[in-house]
Amino acid sequence: MNTFLESLRSALESIRAHGFRSLLTSLGIIIGVTSVIAVVSIVQGMSESINAQFAGLGSNSLTVRSHTPFKQAMQGKYSKLQDSDMRAIVRQVDGISHVTPVLYANTGSRGGISYRAQSATSNIMGIGPSYLKVNGIYPQSGRFFTRDDENRRRLVCAIGVDIIENLELPKDPIGEFFLIGNNWCKIIGVIEKRGEILGFSQDNYVLLPYATARRIIGNTRRDLDIQVQLLVEDMNRMEEVKSRIRRVLRIQHKLKAGQPDDFKVQTAEQLTESFNAVINTVTAVSAGIVGISLLVGGIGIMNIMLVSVTERTREIGILKALGATRNNILLQFLIEALLLSLIGGLVGVALGYGAGALVAAMLPGFPPAFVPLWAVLLSFGFCAAVGVIFGIIPAAKASQLDPIDALRYE
Amino acid sequence: MATTSAEPIVIQLRDIYRTYIMGDQVLNALDGVSLDIKQNEYVAVVGSSGSGKSTLMNIFGCLDRASKGSYILNGTDVGDMSENELAKVRNRQIGFVFQSFNLLSRATALKNVMQPLVYRGIPLAERKEIASQALEKVGLGDRMGHLPNELSGGQRQRVAISRALVGNPDILLADEPTGNLDSKTSREIMRLIDELHDQGQTIIMVTHEADIAKHCNRVISLEDGKVSSDTKQVKSR
Repeated sequence: MNTFLESLRSALESIRAHGFRSLLTSLGIIIGVTSVIAVVSIVQGMSESINAQFAGLGSNSLTVRSHTPFKQAMQGKYSKLQDSDMRAIVRQVDGISHVTPVLYANTGSRGGISYRAQSATSNIMGIGPSYLKVNGIYPQSGRFFTRDDENRRRLVCAIGVDIIENLELPKDPIGEFFLIGNNWCKIIGVIEKRGEILGFSQDNYVLLPYATARRIIGNTRRDLDIQVQLLVEDMNRMEEVKSRIRRVLRIQHKLKAGQPDDFKVQTAEQLTESFNAVINTVTAVSAGIVGISLLVGGIGIMNIMLVSVTERTREIGILKALGATRNNILLQFLIEALLLSLIGGLVGVALGYGAGALVAAMLPGFPPAFVPLWAVLLSFGFCAAVGVIFGIIPAAKASQLDPIDALRYE
Repeated sequence: MATTSAEPIVIQLRDIYRTYIMGDQVLNALDGVSLDIKQNEYVAVVGSSGSGKSTLMNIFGCLDRASKGSYILNGTDVGDMSENELAKVRNRQIGFVFQSFNLLSRATALKNVMQPLVYRGIPLAERKEIASQALEKVGLGDRMGHLPNELSGGQRQRVAISRALVGNPDILLADEPTGNLDSKTSREIMRLIDELHDQGQTIIMVTHEADIAKHCNRVISLEDGKVSSDTKQVKSR
């Protein structure tokens, strides 16, 4: 321990004595760590904000959607989820409440909306009254659909706040009419702002009564593909409800044993997980690329340490004459390399966080940067490893020097 | 004469060879040297360049190992020692003074003197204490915070001497200690070394200057790696 402290002390002195060179030596590491922390802080900031938003979705909600197995997709047969499927779920599955269909009507030209001279595209969804409850959203002004609207297939809609801006609607747009495709539609409600995920607005949507959406898209078409969202009454029965839905739908779709499901039942948690999987892949890939720059930084350290050993040959000779053992010398140079690397890491973490915060602050709608502790620890661990791995060769070279040759070295 | 036959033997060399092989040539830098050096002797090793005196010093100082023969230092055979044990011997039993001072250029006088104590595991505060006392002894109490390049040649050699002695070594090995100094400073340094001898220090000094050798009470001449003469004399100052 004492030897270690002494080595640390002399390594620090040596680094201080060559301040500028030490900085240049660490530069590779600094750049490497800066970029990894910057990337991680931005990506993790996104991840944090996504998780927070999904939490609002309600952890007891389930989404059922069609899913075409790969083999079927190759044959051009796409799976569908239909009204009859939803009815079957409602009828045959216990422990659920607030079931709503979601019909996306914004495929092709149908996503187009216009008001006076303005036109835009939007997410147009046909939904049941339970949609508000399942997704945890609320009208901020006006009202939501009534059963009457649904039954009479009225052309009424609730809009996300972005639509007001995109179509240059009046400040209070309640009662205004605008075009969805070729149909005039009356605005009866405006939904509270949801904010952004990954810089993409979550408020550019038009909600129609489900029956109205079907009418716009074409009432006669039987091949509409819908999603079903529902709430599970008791969180603890989540798995039970999921498997029950699965059974009902397999019978409904006449799937034989051994055939894969042509639908998916997902919890909000699973949605979050799949988002996180993407985020983690981005993190891993960027970390990998940055790993290479740390490697280059390590080689830089090794190079300078080798130069330093040559330069200090005489000093090493003197220390050996004064009684330094090989281990004393080895430890001193190794710790010096380690310190250079760790100092680089420290500066890198600070700069990286700064860079991440700056980028996040400059891009509008970007979530704030967030550096998780594991990223900091990982960076330091990696720096330490780089320092030791690339420091060991110069340190070994120093410790193996013959004292007589070293003392004679000019 | 300061030494009597009753003094214990510090260094015992028996039939020491140091052989260098250069290509197909075999060169004996030391060619069968046998010597006894007793405690508190003041030995000058003289000889022309290439006579093997530096090699002999390196062997004395455990910086080098003999190719053949035995070297017993304070009753212990150095030939069997590991690299680490030799480092320990250099640290505790031997003090080096070099012609070119060999101070650590980035360390202050005080830190230079403290350095040998590092390898003994002495804590920092105590090291400072011991080292500053050692510097005061050589008259550099007011120069402790100076870097070597801020000191004169004589002062540097004093720092080096104080560093060599800080650990109370059995032997002080001085390799041309006045070789880089002017005559006035040389005399001062020799006066200091003489004093150390008077205080009981065993000193072995390599020199090619007859004036310097006169200070010693034993002169060993080397020629082609062999001892050509070994005479005791009354030291003159």
